Amino acid sequence: MSESIDYKLVGTSPVRPDGVDKVTGRAQYGADLNLPNQIHGKVLRSPHAHARIKRIDTSRATAMPGVYAVITGEDFPPPPEHGDVGGEAGGSIGDHARNIMARDKALYHGHAVAAVAARSLRIADEALAAIEVEYEVLEPVLDLDAAMAPGAPLLDENCFTKNLPEKSDKPSNIAEVMLLSRGDVDKGFEEADVIVEGEYRIPMAHQGYIEPHACIANTNEAGQSTVWCCTQAHFDFRAITAKVLNMNVADLKFIASEIGGGFGGKTVVYLEPLAVLLSRKARRPVKMKMTREEVFRATGPTSGTHCKIKVGAKKDGTLTAATAWMAYEAGAYAGAPMGPGALTVFVPYHLENFKVEGYEVLVNKPKVGAYRAPGAPQSMHAMESAIDDLARELNMDPLDLRLKNAAEEGTRASYGPKFPVIGLKECLRAAKAHPNYTRALPEGAGRGVAVGFWFNFGLQSSAEVHVNENGTVTVVEGNPDIGGSRASMCIMAAETLGVPYESVRTLIGDTESTGFSNSTGGSRTTFATGMAVVRACEDIIAQCRARAAVTWGIDEDQVLWVDGQAIPASGVNDELKPLSLADIAENAAKTGGPLLSRASLTAKGAGPSFSVNIADLQVDRDTGKIDVLAFTAIQDAGRAIHKAYVEGQLQGGAAQGLGWALNEEYIYNADGIMENAGFLDYRMPVASDLPMIDTQIVEVPNPRHPYGVRGVGETPIVAPLAAAANAVRDAIGIRIHDLPLSPPRVLAALDAAAD
Amino acid sequence: MEAFAYVAPSSIDEAVAELARHAKKGHRTQVLAGGTDLLVQMRGADIEPRILVDIKNVAETNRLHLGNNEIFIGAAIPSAVLNENAELVELLPGLLEAADLIGSTQIQGRATLGGNLCNASPAGDTIPAMIAVGVSCVIAGGKGQREMPVEKFVVGVGRNALEAGEFLVGLKIPRPKSRAADAYLRFTPRTEMDIAVAGCGVSVTLDAKGLCKEARVAIGAVAPTAILVPAAANALIGTTLDDAALAAAAAACSDAASPITDKRGTIDFRRKVVGVLCRRATAIARDRALARKVLGV
Repeated sequence: MSESIDYKLVGTSPVRPDGVDKVTGRAQYGADLNLPNQIHGKVLRSPHAHARIKRIDTSRATAMPGVYAVITGEDFPPPPEHGDVGGEAGGSIGDHARNIMARDKALYHGHAVAAVAARSLRIADEALAAIEVEYEVLEPVLDLDAAMAPGAPLLDENCFTKNLPEKSDKPSNIAEVMLLSRGDVDKGFEEADVIVEGEYRIPMAHQGYIEPHACIANTNEAGQSTVWCCTQAHFDFRAITAKVLNMNVADLKFIASEIGGGFGGKTVVYLEPLAVLLSRKARRPVKMKMTREEVFRATGPTSGTHCKIKVGAKKDGTLTAATAWMAYEAGAYAGAPMGPGALTVFVPYHLENFKVEGYEVLVNKPKVGAYRAPGAPQSMHAMESAIDDLARELNMDPLDLRLKNAAEEGTRASYGPKFPVIGLKECLRAAKAHPNYTRALPEGAGRGVAVGFWFNFGLQSSAEVHVNENGTVTVVEGNPDIGGSRASMCIMAAETLGVPYESVRTLIGDTESTGFSNSTGGSRTTFATGMAVVRACEDIIAQCRARAAVTWGIDEDQVLWVDGQAIPASGVNDELKPLSLADIAENAAKTGGPLLSRASLTAKGAGPSFSVNIADLQVDRDTGKIDVLAFTAIQDAGRAIHKAYVEGQLQGGAAQGLGWALNEEYIYNADGIMENAGFLDYRMPVASDLPMIDTQIVEVPNPRHPYGVRGVGETPIVAPLAAAANAVRDAIGIRIHDLPLSPPRVLAALDAAAD
Repeated sequence: MEAFAYVAPSSIDEAVAELARHAKKGHRTQVLAGGTDLLVQMRGADIEPRILVDIKNVAETNRLHLGNNEIFIGAAIPSAVLNENAELVELLPGLLEAADLIGSTQIQGRATLGGNLCNASPAGDTIPAMIAVGVSCVIAGGKGQREMPVEKFVVGVGRNALEAGEFLVGLKIPRPKSRAADAYLRFTPRTEMDIAVAGCGVSVTLDAKGLCKEARVAIGAVAPTAILVPAAANALIGTTLDDAALAAAAAACSDAASPITDKRGTIDFRRKVVGVLCRRATAIARDRALARKVLGV
């Protein structure tokens, strides 16, 4: 299914350029930088899930020896009234500003209400304890049912539901509604021979990146600040910090450190404006780093959700109609990924009649942030579970049922446009043919399959290419390398220029030394920034041909670029010796100076990416404990640039998705305090919990990218939730609708079925 | 973390003198062995001792002796060291498995049985395993040494029976006879790096015909302290440890449990699972005891 194109480097797995520094501890992460005279910033956080802030008295803290600065909401300009935060971390700039530092209300346990900078962390902690905050404690709204109930306490008296058919003048916790429909669902259900229904709930889950948020800000007397931080998006961080602090973008410089995981969570700004403000007040560099507990309590997990699905099909498996109702917890402020949840729920299927109703709901929990394919894992868990039930009702192979209804090129996607070339059917066929799909299961084990999807994004990217004097190449771009993008950029540059992989180095420029790029998010970096890199390399080739023409004294159109060297067009000037990139670089002083190019673009034509996962699980019927026996992740990558990194994305997404499916959840008490704010009780899988994850990369190239890239980072987390749920259904004969499939839940389901 | 003083006495007498001196002054004092619980608690500001008395330099706390009648394990011996002693692992497989469940390989290079016991967590893995094999705690203090059974040593959540000025020197364990063996199982959602939702330690002694002569069953993480369950032992004694006996012992453990519902599990779940663990651990101990007859240990 792959086009046979003879690439030298694309599709190989060379050594990653950042590997040595990372395994030897030399790589500099967010908290690794220290500056002379630095002091330490800490945040005072609300002990209440919902409270009005009546008064904050910082005088005792300010007077303490060793305390350099204390800030509260009053030190910030008013939250901007207009503008949204782009990318996958949704919401308005104003709400982000309030989330960064509470103003009149604390909306979740852990919400920042003040911050201090002091000589030592210990003094900072003592200063926090000396700040007096008078709260009027309000009733917290902790789940979707409570928040949507008539008469529920309101988080925001000025929140009026957006997108209602008729504009509402009554404030509500429902921030936004989305309605999508096509065809006639009533007629569709009438035509159905079989109808299945299900209702599914999933609690909030965190990205669980290993590195907590950290930054250091240094502000000079002219009010110009430099910020080093771990981020997926230093340009976006600069823009948001400027807006939150009402600063000129030109007065802010952001430098991205190495990043220990993000998964969307590090597209959201939390500490940086605090550090800038504290550093401005203290006139010293201010370093801030979150504890793991702060990461759990005060950064954005993904939404807890409630989805209802109804699907109808004819006896032969043809889907006739489907409806979905879904509610997504936004946390304290609007910006939940309900939209993508609603847009993806039916995306794998050709459906004439459907209706989707989505609600985004404010609750007194942290404002949700982007998490790998935001919104899709929850809604597609519901649909893919329902499709599994439908296959059982129809007595059809679950892959055959999906193949019968699978979207393909030209199918009008449930989210609107017609699909370009996509690889869903190819993935389904690959799963069907995979030996892991037909391998015998051990006694009592179960097998489940599910489809995953993500749109993938383009957005803006810039890249520069410098050719060094010996013909080696430096690529400079603006996307923090979170999943191996430096290796991919090196491969694409080397492939395009025709030079060895080892000749190319890629580095991530800061906001002042390279052109603007949107976040490393939306699975866009290898696609969009890669496109800019390839374009800049093509410019270098054009320049090389011109330099060779000058060197040889012939016309430029008589020079070709083949296999990394300039050669004369065949038939004329055959006596001329080919000039390599190194030859041209060494001679550059005489032909016009250093070779340098750049490209910037808004990338169009991002390729949607589908996956199919196969999960084999064993259930301990006495304890409800689930063991993952085998897992197979099959995904259309368009084309894999660095093969091992693509496999790693598939495996990492499977590991995260399985953790979410089996054990991970935010557990709250009745006061709205998270009870498991640490890795001991927020149970992500450890290495020994998982088998080796098998991968199969399907390649249906994206015609809109020079090497066929679709983007692979997010799709891998979508299918594991339903694949696991369907495997449990297969193993124990009981459909457990809610996640996680934790031992107490599974055992309770087994006990209930036995009674 | 607050500033603190550190002393490392080199004998029991010196350690007792240090503890007495600080107890008299009313200083908050903590005994340090491996520190794998203590340092985490100090970092989290759960406790803020002024003085740390490190007992790792005391010879007796490092002594490991496998006698004909009695085994002695010094309180400061890292569990990795214990698990590298093949004879000890052969003699007390359940206790050593419990030790091997705690933390990672790196943590086990420091973590001690004595520390796990003194920390007195309801979920401490080695405590039910120790109760099952009948450990006696050797305690040193100003009035000399005293001993007490391990099931009396833990008196509440995070509380032990040590008085001011006392510390745990080591553990005495009757050497298992031929046809005796122990086992420990715990339940955790993850395979490792986790904390027991329920745990069960069992030791059994069989006679020549395979009948259970003696048994001890202890359960953990299902009550404020690990507890001995005599009813479970009684259900096993006199049987061939067949399925019916195991089921009866399991039911006794479920009955004896008084768990809470929390983030780690519900009351119903813990009650049920602690019985399952008893059944499975007893079967393992039985099979080990049957296999041991040929050793003539």
